[in-house]
Amino acid sequence: MSFIDTLNRLDWQSTRASILDKRASDVERALTRPVGHLSLDDFQALISPAAADYLEPMAQMSHERTVDRFGYTQQMYAPLYLSNLCSNICTYCGFSANNKIPRKILNESEIEKELAAVKALGMDQVLFVTGEANLRVGVPYLKKAFDLARRQFSSISMEVQPLDQEGYEALIDAGLSSVLVYQETYNRESYAKYHPKGMKSNFDYRLETPDRLGRAGIKKIGLGALSGLDDWRTDSFMVATHLRYMEQTYWKTRYSLSFPRIRPHEGDFQPISVMTDHDLVQLICAYRILSSEVELSMSTREHASFRDHAYKLGITTLSAGSKTNPGGYVVDPQTLEQFEISDERSPAEVANMLRQGGYEVVWKDWDATYDGFKSSNAVDRTLQI
Amino acid sequence: MKTEPLIIAGQTFESRLFVGTGKYSSGQMMQDSIRATGSQLVTMAMRRVQLDGSGDGIVEYLERDKYNFLPNTSGVRDAKEAVFAAELAREAIGTNWLKLEIHPDPKYLMPDPIETLKAAEILVKAGFVVLPYVHADPVLCKRLEDVGVAAVMPLAAPIGTNEGLAARRFLEIIIAQSQVPVVIDAGLGLPSHAADAMEIGADAVLVNTAIATARDPIAMSAAFKMAVESGRIAYQAGRGQQSVAAIASSPMTAFLDA
Repeated sequence: MSFIDTLNRLDWQSTRASILDKRASDVERALTRPVGHLSLDDFQALISPAAADYLEPMAQMSHERTVDRFGYTQQMYAPLYLSNLCSNICTYCGFSANNKIPRKILNESEIEKELAAVKALGMDQVLFVTGEANLRVGVPYLKKAFDLARRQFSSISMEVQPLDQEGYEALIDAGLSSVLVYQETYNRESYAKYHPKGMKSNFDYRLETPDRLGRAGIKKIGLGALSGLDDWRTDSFMVATHLRYMEQTYWKTRYSLSFPRIRPHEGDFQPISVMTDHDLVQLICAYRILSSEVELSMSTREHASFRDHAYKLGITTLSAGSKTNPGGYVVDPQTLEQFEISDERSPAEVANMLRQGGYEVVWKDWDATYDGFKSSNAVDRTLQI
Repeated sequence: MKTEPLIIAGQTFESRLFVGTGKYSSGQMMQDSIRATGSQLVTMAMRRVQLDGSGDGIVEYLERDKYNFLPNTSGVRDAKEAVFAAELAREAIGTNWLKLEIHPDPKYLMPDPIETLKAAEILVKAGFVVLPYVHADPVLCKRLEDVGVAAVMPLAAPIGTNEGLAARRFLEIIIAQSQVPVVIDAGLGLPSHAADAMEIGADAVLVNTAIATARDPIAMSAAFKMAVESGRIAYQAGRGQQSVAAIASSPMTAFLDA
């Protein structure tokens, strides 16, 4: 059994129609549900056009529930791109195999330099990102990168090609704590159109990736859809359904959601549906009201002015100072970025903004010793308190 | 009026309010709030502590001369991880006191009774003063007592729910039969909940979220301080007999006087 069975029972068009049919009374009913009791039908109401008139009460509820669960804190992380080599054609992506751009795979000494640069930003949580090139950037390569990162970072996540369960188990043993794997769109027909070639064209294999991760015993899984590929409301409902399935099936794993919107990049892809700032706020609040526990992450794809206001509405995790090209921090800053960064402030600047807003920045939220490794910030004496 | 002090593992506590360090908007706010609670025992998640002393918003704001520290294992999922976390805490914080919490379920944060008992046994043997966070399960609390924990910390309600003593009947049994101090933890959302816990005979309570996320954490700290003191005094004073209604006649036994 996997999430494929659940998704196959959902018809895209009738789901979309159901969301668009929701009325104000459905939204009001959804907003009376106690914490932890929102049904997926209620969730449809909260992402429907009818809920646009309830943005302020939704934002207040989302803020309160987030503070109750996570306090006045924001986690901070930075991505580290290891490679832009990719064997897939994804018609919307700057790294797509048919884009004629210089390709780069960081070697060990380059990885070390980039890790040191990310660490110097104050980061303790790093996200490894690659294109999808399983032969050259597969488990053995990633394992080496983890061995290098573990010495300096308490938490190592990755966003790479889907792997089999065995691959995930090997990397968990090497210090992997969390994997982000986005379905891009849950509409099979659209998916086929955007992913004509490469391993990624296998919709079901990608869809079952979170199941394989759950079975491998990963600590955290990030889900999401890429807004702009199909109707964002229907895709977001599928993400919510996926989240609920995962929470019930792999109950020891933590979950995070992201809501990337397509940004300008190499190539001429134009989003077929536009998610406005209003829409995004509505979606963030709806996810929070659906789940008090899920972590909600916002990247530097979003503009600084939007992030400065939106982080209080349900977000728990922010990236900052990000470079989205391999070697982007120090080794080779001129290579092509996967997408354009909209918030170019340093982590220190973002942290300062958060402090001024009454939030504490959490840089570290795990310790490698819990996994049986040497701590990333080694203890050589009792802390002087 | 003074209440008698609480003693856990030979350590004396004048305050029966234990507090946490999470969820505050700043280290300074945490420091000011904890001062206002009058607490002498402060718990902190080791996963958050920067071991190189590089500033985590917690440790540098805690005044070592004022508080006893109770590092906790929050975030660990099994006994093995808990033992690693405990060893880290002992080395980094310089105390053998430990709040043992193992919750493999990140959604409801329910403690795992099996792993907790297993870890408690190992850690007590390794010289730790163990205070385990557990369900309000009377048998589990006795089993933990048997392996040598210094106190038990049963939950009042699911963590973060602010429901007060949802597990009241089970907590009453635990308090009635425990030979180690009972510290009620989790679910106490209001000072009245803390007073309630103290009135039924809890030895202490642990509060974090209700204070840290209050609009005015310092004022809420003071309110919890008073509630805990009040509840303890009420418990010692001994409550009057409860009755649902006044007993006006004795229809079942009136024949005896006829």
